[in-house]
Amino acid sequence: MTVQELPGAASYRPTPPPAWKPRTDPAPLLPDPEPYRVLGTDAAADFAPDVLRRLYTELVRGRRYNTQATALTKQGRLAVYPSSTGQEACEVAAALVLEDQDWLFPSYRDTLAAVARGLDPVEALTLLRGDWHTGYDPREHRIAPLCTPLATQLPHAVGLAHAARLKGDDVVALAMIGDGGTSEGDFHEALNFAAVWQAPVVFLVQNNGFAISVPLHKQTAAPSLAHKAVGYGMPGRLVDGNDAAAVHQVLSEAVARARRGGGPTLVEAVTYRIDAHTNADDATRYRGSAEVEAWRRHDPVKLLERELTERGLIDEDGIQEAAGRAEEMAARLRERMNADAVLNPMDLFTHVYAEQTAQLREQAAQLRAELDAEAEGDDR
Amino acid sequence: MTTVAARTAAKPATMAQALQRAMRDAMAEDPNVIVMGEDVGTLGGVFRVTDGLAKEFGEDRCTDTPLAEAGILGTAVGMAIYGMRPVVEMQFDAFAYPAFEQLLSHVAKMRNRTRGAMPMPLVVRVPYGGGIGGVEHHSDSSEAYYMATPGLHVVTPATVEDAYGLLRAAIASDDPVVFLEPKRLYWSKSDWSPESPAAVEPIGRAVVRRAGRSATLITYGPSLPVCMEAAEAAQAEGWDLEVVDLRSLVPFDDETVCASVRRTGRAIVVHEATGFAGPGAEIAARVSERCFHHLEAPVLRVTGFDIPYPPPMLERHHLPGVDRVLDAVARLQWEAQS
Repeated sequence: MTVQELPGAASYRPTPPPAWKPRTDPAPLLPDPEPYRVLGTDAAADFAPDVLRRLYTELVRGRRYNTQATALTKQGRLAVYPSSTGQEACEVAAALVLEDQDWLFPSYRDTLAAVARGLDPVEALTLLRGDWHTGYDPREHRIAPLCTPLATQLPHAVGLAHAARLKGDDVVALAMIGDGGTSEGDFHEALNFAAVWQAPVVFLVQNNGFAISVPLHKQTAAPSLAHKAVGYGMPGRLVDGNDAAAVHQVLSEAVARARRGGGPTLVEAVTYRIDAHTNADDATRYRGSAEVEAWRRHDPVKLLERELTERGLIDEDGIQEAAGRAEEMAARLRERMNADAVLNPMDLFTHVYAEQTAQLREQAAQLRAELDAEAEGDDR
Repeated sequence: MTTVAARTAAKPATMAQALQRAMRDAMAEDPNVIVMGEDVGTLGGVFRVTDGLAKEFGEDRCTDTPLAEAGILGTAVGMAIYGMRPVVEMQFDAFAYPAFEQLLSHVAKMRNRTRGAMPMPLVVRVPYGGGIGGVEHHSDSSEAYYMATPGLHVVTPATVEDAYGLLRAAIASDDPVVFLEPKRLYWSKSDWSPESPAAVEPIGRAVVRRAGRSATLITYGPSLPVCMEAAEAAQAEGWDLEVVDLRSLVPFDDETVCASVRRTGRAIVVHEATGFAGPGAEIAARVSERCFHHLEAPVLRVTGFDIPYPPPMLERHHLPGVDRVLDAVARLQWEAQS
């Protein structure tokens, strides 16, 4: 029932308030009804073969990275690992669409994006291994610390991109979150700031179906997460998150748009987390094996492999070569992660403030004394 | 005879003007200093503390943001990562709470998380405290929350001179500073001249505002004038009170505070915030641990009651005033009575 249909209101025709004018035609902002796809469609023919090959190599390496890291949790070498198996296309594409000067703002599940951007695989795992919070210099790699609170890194991406634009620098920020993160207040505030400031930011939502155990339909009533863009005045794009070429293309367009001053874009990549939330989670409690199997048949590595094979862009040797490189990476990772980390407990006090406070100096002295006593005890 | 020109030159400055001047001088010296928040631009802030900055430096450097505290502080984090030095305004104490996750999870920890690679040189200006007749959510004293968060400096001026000096130091600091502005002192005046600003005051030093021999009042921000008045009043009763203005709650100046308490042998902590688990609990414990053998009476606290901040018509009963301080001074004679 509309306002006009209310009983007794038939003769009342409300007019818009005096200042009312629609800010934007929402039509260009709305996502397409179906996720955009490239692989297996005519669009694939126009896609640069070398980019497809590069994506494939990184996907294979990424898959192997995920299985190796998960294995390391079982050996006690990692405290926890949130696997991105099944989501590698999003991870890899996010890393590859950025220029050197651009910034990546990953969430805790996006270790792989950081590695694909060139980060040392061991440094990328420092947080999850437990020897420090961030194992790399974010400025050096232009990769923000892996963010554990949900969506809180999105406003950072907006602020950084805005600051860069104020300074006249050609910098785009790409921020990654999951479907659950879109319910957080920081998601809303970040998108709103980005749109108001027309900041050069791309938001990539990896909709993998579940926020730990909560399915998407309990997370949102929106037709799609990409639809959320409309209310902020930015375009929303919906893409098949297992189609590496499609994700790469949609993100490339969004990055290019941001770079030329066109403002932010919200990209929803529809994908699936094949593994549990982390190694500590039991996914069988909230989803059935038929669903997982259906997604296994839509595997990002296989989808791209089939395209490359059918178009003669890769042969069995090429497939073996990619697998071999991935295996080398895994072996090196295993070897390096099996070495015990050497930690200095006094580091606890080193990076709290630029200059230690008197209170911290006292506590550092206390720990020093405890360590000395421990060492003395060992000697006895 | 005072000429018109001389009167103009000697016109007392307010704390709000000193704060504005501090931001203006910092912005003029360093193009990376930017001011951001709700209403800070065209309006000049609801307390006019940022008055004129947008006009002088442009809207990109004094920015009216969308109304969203987490967004304001969160984007400021990103700007700080890119090398800017944001000065963020939270408008009112209780309005800062939506930004707490950004403050606690990122602002306070970014240096630590990244082993020093990403310091957070930003200032969060929070007008705080009561006494201005504000309705609810406009008068909180939230300093204990900030003090309990490692990685943050917590600073609060009580004088016009310190408002300038401490804000300059806060902006220059490579660490995040929560800068608590006692809003009932915004219009307090002094002969401080904006033409010759006071020296920049290093963060972390308390100062003795009034020398005395018989007890120390340890206080800060909005309670300093109360303590100064109480000290004058106590003189008539034979009490010679020393008043220590902390200025910086984190880092805490144990040295100045304890030197004073060792001289006087008695201490009372005075603040508006609630007493239970409030700033005074920490301060009293520190003083007791360090000065036990010098103390002739327990360290007392004079604080706001442990209640949500009351409505304006009742706030005078909540805020510690001169009488409540004097009552506590009288209680310091406990050893004679027991």
